[in-house]
Amino acid sequence: MEFLLSTGTPVEKFIVMGIAILLFVAVMALVLFLTDRPRMPQWITVLAFLGPAALLVVFGLVYPAIVTMINSFQGDSGRDWVGLSNYAEVFGSPALRVVLLNTLLWVLLVPLVSTAVGLVYAVLVDRTRFEKLAKTLVFLPMAISMVGASIIWKFVYDFKPTSQPQTGLANQLLVWLGFDSQQFLLTWPWNTFFLIAVMVWIQSGFAMTILSASIKAIPDDIIEAAKLDGVTNWQMFRSVTVPSIRPAVVVVVTTIAMATLKVFDIVFTMTGGNFDTSIVANEFYTRSFVRAETGIGATLAVLLFVMVIPIVVYNVRQMKLAEEQR
Amino acid sequence: MAASLGLAGVTLAACGGSGGSGGGEDVDEALASVDVSCEPYEQYGDLEGTTVGIYTSIVSPEDQAFIESFTPFEECTGVTVEYEGSRQFETQLPVRLEAGNAPDMAWVPQPGLVERIVNDFPDAVVPVGEQAEANVDEYYNESWKGYGTVDGTYYGAPLGANVKSFVWYAPAAFEENGYEIPETWDDMYALSEQIAADHPDAKPWCAGIESGNATGWPATDWLEDVMLRAAGPEVYDQWVAHEIPFDDPTVVDALNQVGTILKNPDMVNGGLGGVESIAVTPFGEAGLPILDRSCFLHRQASFYQANWPEGTNVAEDGDVFAFYLPGNDPEAQPVLVGGEFTMMFADRPEVKALQAYLASPEWSNAKAKVSPPGWVSANSGLDPANLKSPIDQLAYELLTDEATTIRFDGSDLMPAAIGTGSFWTGMTNWITGEDTESVLTMIENSWD
Repeated sequence: MEFLLSTGTPVEKFIVMGIAILLFVAVMALVLFLTDRPRMPQWITVLAFLGPAALLVVFGLVYPAIVTMINSFQGDSGRDWVGLSNYAEVFGSPALRVVLLNTLLWVLLVPLVSTAVGLVYAVLVDRTRFEKLAKTLVFLPMAISMVGASIIWKFVYDFKPTSQPQTGLANQLLVWLGFDSQQFLLTWPWNTFFLIAVMVWIQSGFAMTILSASIKAIPDDIIEAAKLDGVTNWQMFRSVTVPSIRPAVVVVVTTIAMATLKVFDIVFTMTGGNFDTSIVANEFYTRSFVRAETGIGATLAVLLFVMVIPIVVYNVRQMKLAEEQR
Repeated sequence: MAASLGLAGVTLAACGGSGGSGGGEDVDEALASVDVSCEPYEQYGDLEGTTVGIYTSIVSPEDQAFIESFTPFEECTGVTVEYEGSRQFETQLPVRLEAGNAPDMAWVPQPGLVERIVNDFPDAVVPVGEQAEANVDEYYNESWKGYGTVDGTYYGAPLGANVKSFVWYAPAAFEENGYEIPETWDDMYALSEQIAADHPDAKPWCAGIESGNATGWPATDWLEDVMLRAAGPEVYDQWVAHEIPFDDPTVVDALNQVGTILKNPDMVNGGLGGVESIAVTPFGEAGLPILDRSCFLHRQASFYQANWPEGTNVAEDGDVFAFYLPGNDPEAQPVLVGGEFTMMFADRPEVKALQAYLASPEWSNAKAKVSPPGWVSANSGLDPANLKSPIDQLAYELLTDEATTIRFDGSDLMPAAIGTGSFWTGMTNWITGEDTESVLTMIENSWD
């Protein structure tokens, strides 16, 4: 077995990968074969199919979650108990309070603005001649990785003194308009808003796609009935379109909110959390791995977990309601 | 936890890594001149067929010269050296140790990290072997041994070194204007004022401390260099060891002295903007305005020579060169240095032999011959003629001169939460407007 664990060359690694795939297929075949025997009790069948998944969830999710919670009550090396002092520090220290405030700004602004932009855009381009092209343009950022998008926007925000040739698009526009060039990523809270703009840029395409599909699914007879009643465009939007696609809007908002809570790449790539731009996920990484403050890091992870729960619960409840209505 | 570990593709700029540019075009040629007489290697015994894995923060293209430098050792002893570089080295090494997947040897660029690893993973570390320790005793200034020692046991042997106390300048610009290289801080300040008066379109200094997640470290080097000069090596040691508070009045004075340059709009930031632009200018680009005369002076380590554009002549009469950052007393010559340390995690003879080889003059000379400019070690057995650039030779002179007082980069010696944490962010906040006292108090409060 030793050769399996100490692979050096890529060829050896591929061989090990091949063996692992064969092993997986063999085990699955065995499970399927055994559970298909006519006299096998049902509980064995259930266990054979659910067991592996349950084990993976326990070892990959439940166990790390419990360990993280325990770590959040311990000191930096995980040897001594410190009670609630990590939590006290997260809520008490000015630097970390800014992190929490920034996270709140992100979670409020990104889902609302992206959904609003996506919705308005979807309605505006609906059934126009340029619909496909217009949608493609807004959807494109979705295809770019977060790090890629961050690097693009880092160039957009790039700063050079007013008197010098500009390399950043935003500052070039300012200079053309006769203003001084600005350091967009330096002053709080504006720098956080400029970072949020990147996430909105990425997520609007997602919101637009889902909402556009949902708008197209509104039955034609409802729209015709409304038109016969002589509604204005605004009344149509407010009283027909939005109520009809409400479940989709909820899904979009909550999905983007969850993605926003986890966002890390944008802050890490563009400012590294400097200049008071850090948010919980980035701060967690920095504290745990760069600064070796595992206690604070675990506490931040637990807080992130706690913050996601209400959004997930709300999402699940809304989905259930939507299903009941059908 | 697992979610963040997947992000290894994002780069973390390593603070104080040795520089290096180009690739290894000249390597083969240079290697031919490496002495391959196997005599010095007989002491390691018979190691035929064994393998040593090295894990380091030094990645392409700088890794090439290291890999080449193992050749004489590999050929003479029969050991195969497997080299693995990672930009995420500092965060991944503790993760690997935690997971029981320790490399045979790691090259740690911060004594503070050596100490943290020894404290957190006492069962994984192996003290420096006898042969390597004998080499360090014989060829290195004794301060180097102290940086690798934790609680009286010797764990980290020195590898490469760099000298931080340099000010880069353009010799031609100095000649045109009749400027002299300053020998004291006051001379340097007077020169800066002179430059500001002579060149209203330029600023005397340029600076930049942006370095991704490590933003702020070049500013910590400034403070450490001035601390070492203004307060003296003894107080510097007390400060780094936290025997005096981080916001001691001597530190306040030193940081204010740094502020006379870095926070003075008349002094910075040549061609790059106002004082605040220092915080957002990448450290690698900050010195480049020297080439177009937007600024005249840039304080940065010897490895900065790798950042000059290709074709820039680094020489005393070339496009750019560097002088020693002067102190208050022209006689005393304290030098702020950085460097890497080799640590073992496997108690096998071939690993010990490699560690001893890396601390020997044979390796330092072999490495110097195959390295592009920007690499130097503090090994006194190194022949300076093997170093490629005059800056490396100047750095080597300072490193091995008995008259110089050598002190290691303070932030690299402090615990990670300070040295790579609040000290970095504190200096960044200081540049962007916070005052000296409140920044130093914030850092002091974070040190518990």
